[in-house]
Amino acid sequence: MNYFFTEEEQMIKELAHKIAEEKIIPVRQKYDDEGIFPYDIVEILRESDLFRIFIPEEYEGLGGGVLPMVLAVEELSWGCGGIALAYAGTALGAFPIILFGNDDQKKKYLPKIANGTLAAFALTEADAGSDAANIKTRAKKDGDYYILNGTKQFITNAGEAEIYTVIALTNPLKGARGATAFILEKGMKGLEFGKKENKMGIRASVTREVVMKDLRVHKSQILGKEGRGFMLAMKTFDHTRPGVASQALGIAQAALDAAVKYAKQRHQFGKPIASFQAIQHMFADMGTKIEAARALIYSVARAIDKGSYSPKESAMTKVLASDVAMEVATNAVQIFGGYGYMKEYPVEKMMRDAKITQIYEGTNQIMRNIIATRIIKETR
Amino acid sequence: MNIFVCVKQVPNTAEVRWDFEKGTLIREGVESICNPFDLYAIEEGIRIKERLKKGNVIALTMGPPQAEEILKEAISMGVDDGILISDRAFAGADTLATSYTLAKAIEKVGNVGVVLAGKQAIDGDTAQVGPELAAMLAIPQVTYVRKIAEIDEEKAVVERLTDYGYDVVETQLPVLFTVVKEINEPRLPSLRGKMKARNFKPKLFTSSDLDVDESKIGLAGSPTNVKRIFQPELRKAGEKYEGDPENLAKILAERIKGLKLI
Ligand SMILES: Cc1cc2nc3c(=O)[nH]c(=O)nc-3n(C[C@H](O)[C@H](O)[C@H](O)COP(=O)(O)OP(=O)(O)OC[C@H]3O[C@@H](n4cnc5c(N)ncnc54)[C@H](O)[C@@H]3O)c2cc1C
Repeated sequence: MNYFFTEEEQMIKELAHKIAEEKIIPVRQKYDDEGIFPYDIVEILRESDLFRIFIPEEYEGLGGGVLPMVLAVEELSWGCGGIALAYAGTALGAFPIILFGNDDQKKKYLPKIANGTLAAFALTEADAGSDAANIKTRAKKDGDYYILNGTKQFITNAGEAEIYTVIALTNPLKGARGATAFILEKGMKGLEFGKKENKMGIRASVTREVVMKDLRVHKSQILGKEGRGFMLAMKTFDHTRPGVASQALGIAQAALDAAVKYAKQRHQFGKPIASFQAIQHMFADMGTKIEAARALIYSVARAIDKGSYSPKESAMTKVLASDVAMEVATNAVQIFGGYGYMKEYPVEKMMRDAKITQIYEGTNQIMRNIIATRIIKETR
Repeated sequence: MNIFVCVKQVPNTAEVRWDFEKGTLIREGVESICNPFDLYAIEEGIRIKERLKKGNVIALTMGPPQAEEILKEAISMGVDDGILISDRAFAGADTLATSYTLAKAIEKVGNVGVVLAGKQAIDGDTAQVGPELAAMLAIPQVTYVRKIAEIDEEKAVVERLTDYGYDVVETQLPVLFTVVKEINEPRLPSLRGKMKARNFKPKLFTSSDLDVDESKIGLAGSPTNVKRIFQPELRKAGEKYEGDPENLAKILAERIKGLKLI
């Protein structure tokens, strides 16, 4: 379908696709098997300027925006959802600074990210997943400084990233209204990382704990205003959930592409299996759902870039695309039959990779809660 | 110091088919690409500049106006400038007239440090233009370069690929290198490069811009005559074995025994 991209948007899509095809696909199986963090691919992305596309021009970016980010994440995830996450996770780490950073903070951090420095965003804790307001990490004021103590869990890019946005409680009595966002840097005294999690999918991505032990940080590292950390996190997600959605979309497209190619050459009963209507109808449904997800993601991303965004719409992109990705990847395995279950073929990995998109940046149950609450409120 | 990279637009030979009746290539509908070996030359040109932290990388091509596309591709990879040598008077040039014309263009720009070219073009496959160009420019040449081990503004030490290994060659600058694909992995274009390329217009050199002898350019300057083009008869595919020398020797011995030759 023609989405009438600008010349620049088209360039981003094509370049990301080329990188996926020529650089990511040849290594994806090995990186998945061995859990290799894709520093070589990150270097290619850096050289190709793809880290610049979601950063404003004043900070060495190429304009900024959610749509360019979404296009790149989709194409890179078409190559590998895990490898693409080093990039997408950095976008998640960059958006709080883009949206809420003061000029000094933007000047300090955004050019670094534009030049390929990895970033991360740390909200989740052991007892605060879906219930993110239940975080316990404490930031205690000490003159011009804050002392941070606590442990963040399941943090993408942790240990590999240089720049972290962390949500901590400056006023525990106020609950969610007592949360504040801080920018931390790798190497700060008291900032440590847990062991690498052993995951079902996206195995080329790293997920670790971020541990803060009496970490002393100057108040100039507060991002946005004190007490507004929770709101900052939610607004960040409004901008980045279409990114998770496009990761799902890329995986889904890759699964469909693989299934169609396979079905054309696999013969049973003397015919290619693609000639069976049962298989054809699966393709029809897969293709239709993928295109619907794509159309929604692009529309929402465009709306966000024009200044109109809502938690509902961003949540819709993630629910739709991630459910489609899981369904399409599962059906792709089905179309491959027994071969689909084997690691020599790419679809079992796509099925494992697709699953995470229904879970992180808010589970799909939580997404549906957000969507339903708004629908009920909006309907009179 | 200028680093020149000679590039050529060629038909994507992977897509070209053969017209058996006429005995010619069917070029219609075949996309034009940058000669793949030239991409290695472009990459090496950019790397020399990055290594020396100085220099100006200039891609040049002789061809029809559409050949501008490959100069844009070179720009998107990071080349500084591009020159299109294009004129009806240059048409029909063989390798001699081509290298003569390229030499005149390079002399016009001047300040020659390194001239790079792919080892050959995939359409003509002659591998002649590089060496001829060095002769015309009266500078040393090293062909089939697989590595530039050392380079400064005075001299370079390079490895030249041979059938049996490689030679280490030291040469003064200015020098011409033709490069093989072992030399590097060409980078993908960057977005900023692509944006620059979008608005890029190469410098155009016509025959009147260059100090050329009319009898040495185009068809008039081309002593090569193509007598006949034909497709050699297809040979039956051989059998292929893989393995270590010991096992291969065993297989071979069995085969020879099987043929009752020993
Ligand atoms: C690989 C990976 C990477 C991650 N990266 C990051 C990161 O970079 N930064 C970060 O901050 N976090 C990250 N996370 C954390 C992720 O966002 C959380 O895991 C997710 O929000 C779910 O929280 P939980 O795991 O605690 O599950 P729980 O909240 O315990 O949920 C368990 C189940 O209960 C359901 N549930 C919970 N509450 C409700 C409700 N009210 N209504 C209906 N159903 C409900 C959930 O939908 C789910 O099915 C990552 C997680 C993973 C696995």
